[in-house]
Amino acid sequence: MTETLADLVACEDALMFVNAAMTSTGQREHYDDAAGQRLSLDFLHAYMRENYREVYAAALALDVNDHNAALIVRSLLVHTAGVPDDRRRAEGALIARRLRLLPAPRVYRLFRELRAARVNNRRTRAIIRDWLAARPDPAFDAVKYRTALKTALRHIGLRPDGELGDFLFCPASRPRYETPILETWRRAHFEKRAVYELPYTVAEGFAARHGIPRAQFLERIEPNLTRLERLRLQESARRLGAGSVAADLATMPLTRLASYVLSLPFADRAARRAELTGALRAAALRAAGRDAGTWGSVSAVLDDSYSSRGSGQKPRRPLAVALASSFLLAALAAPGRYRAHWLSGRADELMAHPSGPTPLGDRVLDALDDAPDRLVLVTDGWDNAPDGLAADVLRVWRTRLDPGGAVQITHLNPVYDAEGYDVRRLAPGVPTAGLRDAENLPSLVELARFAEGRVGLADLRAHLDARVARFLEER
Amino acid sequence: MTLDLTGLTTGPAQTRGSLRLVPLLRDKPVHGLRLDRRAHHEDVVDVGDGTYYASYIPHAYVLRWTGDDHATAAYGTRLAAAKADKADRERPARIPVRATRRMARRTGRDRLRFLPLHLAVEGYLALHFGGPEILWEEWSRRAVARGLSPREEAAYLGWSVPGLDDALRVFEIHPGQCGVAVYVADALASVFVVPHPGDYRALHPTLVEDLYGELVHRHAAAGLPAAALTDPIDPASVSSLADLRAQAERRRRRWAEFHDGTMAAGLLDQEDLTWETVQYLDVRGVPEAPSYSLARFLPPFVPRRENHIGEAILDRDGRVAYLKTFRLSETQVRRGFLLRTLAAHGWRLADAAAALGQRESELAMRLNSLGFGTLLHQHVLDRHRAALRR
Repeated sequence: MTETLADLVACEDALMFVNAAMTSTGQREHYDDAAGQRLSLDFLHAYMRENYREVYAAALALDVNDHNAALIVRSLLVHTAGVPDDRRRAEGALIARRLRLLPAPRVYRLFRELRAARVNNRRTRAIIRDWLAARPDPAFDAVKYRTALKTALRHIGLRPDGELGDFLFCPASRPRYETPILETWRRAHFEKRAVYELPYTVAEGFAARHGIPRAQFLERIEPNLTRLERLRLQESARRLGAGSVAADLATMPLTRLASYVLSLPFADRAARRAELTGALRAAALRAAGRDAGTWGSVSAVLDDSYSSRGSGQKPRRPLAVALASSFLLAALAAPGRYRAHWLSGRADELMAHPSGPTPLGDRVLDALDDAPDRLVLVTDGWDNAPDGLAADVLRVWRTRLDPGGAVQITHLNPVYDAEGYDVRRLAPGVPTAGLRDAENLPSLVELARFAEGRVGLADLRAHLDARVARFLEER
Repeated sequence: MTLDLTGLTTGPAQTRGSLRLVPLLRDKPVHGLRLDRRAHHEDVVDVGDGTYYASYIPHAYVLRWTGDDHATAAYGTRLAAAKADKADRERPARIPVRATRRMARRTGRDRLRFLPLHLAVEGYLALHFGGPEILWEEWSRRAVARGLSPREEAAYLGWSVPGLDDALRVFEIHPGQCGVAVYVADALASVFVVPHPGDYRALHPTLVEDLYGELVHRHAAAGLPAAALTDPIDPASVSSLADLRAQAERRRRRWAEFHDGTMAAGLLDQEDLTWETVQYLDVRGVPEAPSYSLARFLPPFVPRRENHIGEAILDRDGRVAYLKTFRLSETQVRRGFLLRTLAAHGWRLADAAAALGQRESELAMRLNSLGFGTLLHQHVLDRHRAALRR
């Protein structure tokens, strides 16, 4: 037995941090306000960085959410004292790889924060420079993220050669530009037609300037919309009569699709039932990939209690995750061997809406009645009808009825609990993992093994190393 | 007569900080009775006999009763804020200079408007409001002429009870829920019951605009978390999934018994409530229509015990259709207790003191410290004070 107490603590801390970094976005949750979430998260980041810097950096290779990835990168770049060179190089590789995966606006925001924090060491400058150099179309960035790009360039003391430098720093110095998009931007100041050739976010400002009616603007800007812009604008465009803005639901990621479905009024959901269900099933099959149909019989307990409404900042997020998980589990389970148990007892998933209490214990009993191979619980863990019954049921089940662990039970929690510095757990014998997007569900079920305490720190480290290696290879 | 909560079952509690909210559920709603909310912005109440009093009234309830269960249209349920700014003043017809008339008032043949907890609080404030009935020499001229007026008591608005707004916000309303019992640091603060789940859903947020006693506020401010009342299942008693289910059911039953029998006993098992019917609500012209009455109750005023005042709508058999209670603070209980004792002994200080096992001077000082000093002649008070000092 080589495991020491320190190892166990380290293992627990690491999992706690990963759970937090998967779920929390520093935004308001149903039970916590934004300030509480941020305070709690900041503490965890500082704690991990000071005590387990290696694991902290390795978290970039896991499916932590973008908010936390940016926080980790910033934290690593700000606090560098006493870090040996080889560690710095390893961190640099992870940071560079992760920045390439982050959406550009978030990276530019990170650069702005670094400038505000007056972090301008050589490593930071090199990372910003390399990231900018790897952007596919600098001219496009210069138009779409004009101020952000300018700030980043100023920060590292770099001025692009030729037109681009002039465009950013003294745009009036040239009568016209050779690069098409820069020229379009110039013309858009006085020519309405040119507005529709710009990216949507930039064109929106020009449209307001030219006084173009919103419906007409949406109708004509439609080809330039990104996939998510289209999804976001679809409903408001339809209300305005601009019917051409229609997202292709077949290509949407699963959790986003679920969020979209839940944002629709009941009448729309009923009218478009076949289309929406089909899109959700297709997205789930895509997310399941090669694992589709390999999980045997699966039962799920899914949370649609009132608390799954999330908050004003994350509307219906926990419910959307539960809905997406349900479709994904249906795809993972052997055909016809999947059973969903919603807390409210409703059977029609498409009509899910957050209401009522959380009788988790009763639903767990119902799900165990199915005698499944796997039981997955997707809930925020606030069991209240009655309080603690689920923990009791799971404890007795594990100790008395199924000590061998024939049924693999996993609890996935989409909500970070600021007070507990972790996602809320249900019972000691049941591993809990934070869940951001339903797409990560299979890898989380794998990671949840560590939370059971059966696998030690050495295995966790090996797992992390393997993930890091795979992550860095995937370029 | 005790409170009869037949038809209401106790659901599992939800806790948040020092607050514990216990839902009360109905299998089926009360027949032919609905409660609405009306927002009020007037703060002058006309008692009806030419006198007025000022108070804070966040909202009123509008009660509708019909022979059938069809929801009736809520005519003019919401009134706009009575802002008399310049634009409004130029149009005289729209200046709402009104006093809210009476505590409970019919606004239609089948409609009654009343202000939540006003009946109950008024019942307490009006306790022996007339002052001494027999003019013994120690009572001051003022006590004889004006009674206890002005009589005032302090209460806290729900918003100022720390944590209450948050607890109500995150509370998950049960299907069929028609009421709630609010505990602060496991002391019963208030019970609220309505006839219909739809009404409860609509009125749940208004709990934060209600009145709460001093004790409730103090407990909440102390921030003691509500105790964890766990009743774990014994693994030894379980050998199959069916057993586990039975144990879970048993746990639920035991909680309901514990709540009704222990936690809420201070209100539900109170036998010497004094009831006073304020309004009879019956439907004329509809045979077999249910008949209800609006009433208020006062506790027996036993010091160092839970004492709740409240108002209720009862059906013919005395079952509760609507209920709202207010927990008195210890000082308030003592005031009520002293007034009751004095009245019971014909407002004779010496007799009342003997009944309490005290000296007359001590009773006089006690009256003074509870805010009733002006009822006694100053020289009487001085004499008693001097007597105690000797």
